[in-house]
This record gives sequence, C-alpha cells and structure tokens, in this order.
Amino acid sequence: MTTLLETRGLKKHFGGAHVINGIDFKIDAGEIRCVIGPNGAGKSTFFKLITGEHRPSEGSVLFLGQDMSHVLPHQRIRMGMSIKFQIPGVFPDLSVRQHLQLSLHRAKDDRPESLDELLQRFMLEDEEHVLARNLSHGKKQWLEIAMAVSLRPKLLFLDEPVAGMSIEETHATGELIKRLSASGLTMMVVEHDMTFVKQIASRVTVLHGGALLADGPLDEILARDDVAEVYLGKKK
Amino acid sequence: MKQSNLPSSTSAATRTLRYLPWLVALCLPLIVDATTSGNLAYCLLWAFGAVGLAAMWGYGGILSFGQTAFFGLSGYSYGIFTLNYGDNWFDSWLGLGAGLAVSVVAAALIGYMIFFGRIKGVFIGIVTLSVTLVLETFMSQTAGPQWAIGEARLNGYNGMGGMPQLTIPWPGGPLTLENKSFYYLVLILLLVVYAVMRRLLDGTFGLTLIAIRENPQRAEMLGVDIRRHQWLVFVLGCTLGGLSGALYTIWGSYITPSTMGLTAAAMPVIWVATSGKKTIGGTIIGTALLVWLSQNLAVYGSQYALILLGAILLIVVLAAPEGLLPFVTRQLRRIAPRAGEARRHGSSSTCFKQEEGKS
Repeated sequence: MTTLLETRGLKKHFGGAHVINGIDFKIDAGEIRCVIGPNGAGKSTFFKLITGEHRPSEGSVLFLGQDMSHVLPHQRIRMGMSIKFQIPGVFPDLSVRQHLQLSLHRAKDDRPESLDELLQRFMLEDEEHVLARNLSHGKKQWLEIAMAVSLRPKLLFLDEPVAGMSIEETHATGELIKRLSASGLTMMVVEHDMTFVKQIASRVTVLHGGALLADGPLDEILARDDVAEVYLGKKK
Repeated sequence: MKQSNLPSSTSAATRTLRYLPWLVALCLPLIVDATTSGNLAYCLLWAFGAVGLAAMWGYGGILSFGQTAFFGLSGYSYGIFTLNYGDNWFDSWLGLGAGLAVSVVAAALIGYMIFFGRIKGVFIGIVTLSVTLVLETFMSQTAGPQWAIGEARLNGYNGMGGMPQLTIPWPGGPLTLENKSFYYLVLILLLVVYAVMRRLLDGTFGLTLIAIRENPQRAEMLGVDIRRHQWLVFVLGCTLGGLSGALYTIWGSYITPSTMGLTAAAMPVIWVATSGKKTIGGTIIGTALLVWLSQNLAVYGSQYALILLGAILLIVVLAAPEGLLPFVTRQLRRIAPRAGEARRHGSSSTCFKQEEGKS
C-alpha cells in the first residue's frame, strides 16, 4: 500500500506551550482516516501543521515521500493536497457556479460538464446562481467540499465537515464521503461527532494532550479503556 | 431559483446603458468645436488611472493612493524622452512607450516590496501615499539648472514644459494629434482598455482576485499564489495610471509635481468610490463626468470643485455605497418589466445579488 502522508516526530510549541508532542502518523492511499480526540487534544494544530498553515517546531511532514517543511500552502495544494476548513471558507459575493468555475480552473478543467457534474454530485443544482452568503450552513459546507474535490486531489483533508449540520445533512454528508472514497479518493477527516465517525471511518487515530494515544481499526479503538477515559471522560 | 430569474441576466435597459455611453462619446466631437473636443479628451484621459484603481481596489481589495506616483513618473518620462529625442513622429510614440515602461518597472519594484514583503490592508495605502508624496517633494526641489536630464530641465515646482505632441505620418507631412484627433485617440485607447479589462476581470483572473479579496486563506487553499496575483493586478493598475500621466503630458505639453501631490492622490480614490469600484464601465463614465464637473466648477475657484466632490462622495457613500452607476443600474432593473415578471413568478430577490465579476 502506498503511503501518501507521513509525519515523523512532529512537534509544535507556541512559546512555552507544547501543543503537539512528537506525533508519528501515516495515511495510506485509499483509506478514510478519522482523527478524533477531546477538545484541546491538538487536532486543529496537527491539521494546520500538515496543511502548512503552521510550521513544525521539530519533526517533518512528508507527502508522497517528499519533505514539506519549506513548501508553501498553495504549493502543497498544487502537489495534490486539498482542504476543507472547519469554518466554511466560501467567498460571500461569488455565486456557487463562480466558486466551482474558479476551483475547476485551478484544476485546469474548464469543461462545462465538469461543473454540472459537481453541482449534481454535491446537491447544489438548485443553488447554482445563489451567492454563497445566502446559502444555508450545510450547503456552504458541501460547496467547500465540492471545491476541494474539484481540484482532483490525491489526499483530501476535511476539518469537521459536519459541524453545525442537521442530522439529515450529517447523514447525507457521510454518504457523500463514502461515495468519494469508493471512487478511490484518500481522505483525512478531523471530527468530533462519533455517529458520523462510525458512519464513515474504517481506521481511527486518537489524539490526546498533543500526542498520539491510539491508532487502528474503528471497533478496536472504541473498545479500548484508555480511549473511553480520555474521550468520554469515564472508565468503561 | 434558476438562471431565468437572475439579475445577472442582462435586461434591455442595462444593455442600452452599456453601449449608449460609447455611442455618445463617439458622436460628441461631431457636435462640439475642436477646443471642447480637446477638453473632453482631458476628461477621458483620467479614466485609465481610475480603471486601474478599480481593478486593484474593487476586485483585488488593494486600496492604493499611488496612482498619481505612476501618473507623474510616466508623464515626466515622456517629457524627458521627447525633449531629448522627439524629432520625428516615431519618437513621440516611443516617448509614450518609455513612459509606460517606466511605470511598469516602478510598479513592479514597489509592488514586489509591498506584496512579497507581506504588507497588507491599510498599510498598502500608507506606503503608496508615501511614495507619491516623496516623488512630489523631490520633483518640487528640482528648480536649479543642475536638475536636467540631457535637454530636459525638470524645473521644480513650475514643472516641465514644451514637450511635443503625438504625431502620425500623413501625406503632406506628419499630422499632430490634437483636439478632435487626440480625443479619438484617447477614446480608442479607452475602448481597448475597457475591452481588455472586461475580458480579464470577468474571467477567472477577476474571480481569483475577488476570492483573494474576500478570503485570502481559502483562495490560497485553492492553490492560488496570492502575492503573485496581487502583484500582477498592482502592476496592471499602476501602468494604467502611468498611461493617464503620459496622455496628460501629451495633452497639455507640460507636467508639474502637483500632479503627484496629496490632493491629486485622493482624486482617483474619490472618482472610483463614487463611480462604483466594482464596475469598469461605471468607473470610466463616473470619472469622466466628475472631472468634467470639476473643470467647470474650477472656473469659479478650484476649492468649490473640491468641496462639491467631497459632498458627492459623502452622499454616495451613505445612499449608494456600491457606487453611482451600479445604483442606477439596480434601479433600472427594478423598474424593468422583466424584473417585474420575475417578481410575479415569486423569485426571491433577496436571495440574489448581482454576481461579481460582471463589470
């Protein structure tokens, strides 16, 4: 199995605060990896270290075997990473269509049928000309995922993709992600919602206190006492 | 919520609004005398710099007070070149090219320092204002005879004068472009700039700039090199400021440091804010009208023009913050029968707003 992403001894401290304390981590091609952990576990910082928003204090991030330490965020995207942020990062004064035009252009694909296919796939057909500022929260999340997918990434990062969604939207998003996975896309999902994690994940990584607590198949991880203790706050 | 009900579907009224000004501009010299045509050319030539600022500010979110710096640099460069080499028709055009080339190089250097030096937001305004004021101060103290480049005396605050106008080869001797012919030259250049800018800004380059303006971090995560795009639009916008400067110098055969001063630096910002910074056509019309108004009021004293411009800006900012022309267009859409029909069919007008990138 090809390893797409790897972190080696990854550390990050802000002044005296040690937020990430040496994480060794791998994602293989084709998997959906969910990264979970309680608040303050370091999930967001870990995510930002991988995407290039933060620079590691120590250790390295390797994408397709290449050290990313000095690769700028936009260059990482061009190399095959794609990101959906926790807070929908849409452009308020652009329509759904313009968003997708822009992202498809970045992917060097200006075919109209690609745009139509994305609209259909992400359930945005009826909002084609609606400005992003007027979309519901859930549709903004889908638009962002659509933009990220349209870049034809090798690895898609989703930071809390169902935050603020209704139960129906959460379930629909889960099905969407499973369809994307079935098409061969590798994904790393940072998520709180355990129902959603159970819906999509085959393998889970648990962070706690800025370190890797557990890593493995979903059922095994959820059966562990230490995970239950830090994640649910009680002993099993 | 489909396309048919969208405001972006151009109504007959807005189509007319788009082409009518060009038709009027084309016919104007036929009904006015030569001197008035020359004065109208003066009103139009400022629009290049304003369009440049609209691209930077309205699309890229870069508020620059430096259009006048490039205006002055280009104007002085034209003067220095033509006073030294302007013996025939070809040299006057080379002078225009030299003015533009100096603008491009200066904008590229200053823009590189700004954007690759990670200067952002209001600080870009401060840096560009400083550049133009430094240039004005420097040029104002070049009165002595030692301040000459070849045959061209800089002349300090009195400014540089006596530059040749543009000429073209003509049977019976070169034809000087002045008054009506100069007006048509400016109009043709403006049409070309309008068409190019529309094509550029209505396309993915414009969308990318809007994306950077609205959410730079997200734009970067689409693989966009933000600094490069900001730098490119800055150089483009400043070069248009330079084109205004060179044409101004050609028009009046003179240029002074006051064209780079504080008042002058504020003018493009006022024109663009009043006209509508997200519309290229609106910026051209608004700028030409405001310059024309200022010129007419200046007969009674330049302070009246400035006071009136300030008042207009205040009213527009309060009543129509998107700018005059977009406001008028929106009102026309509201009363257009097609819009009425769309309303009858229950389209939710609050849900839509004009898609950006339709300048």
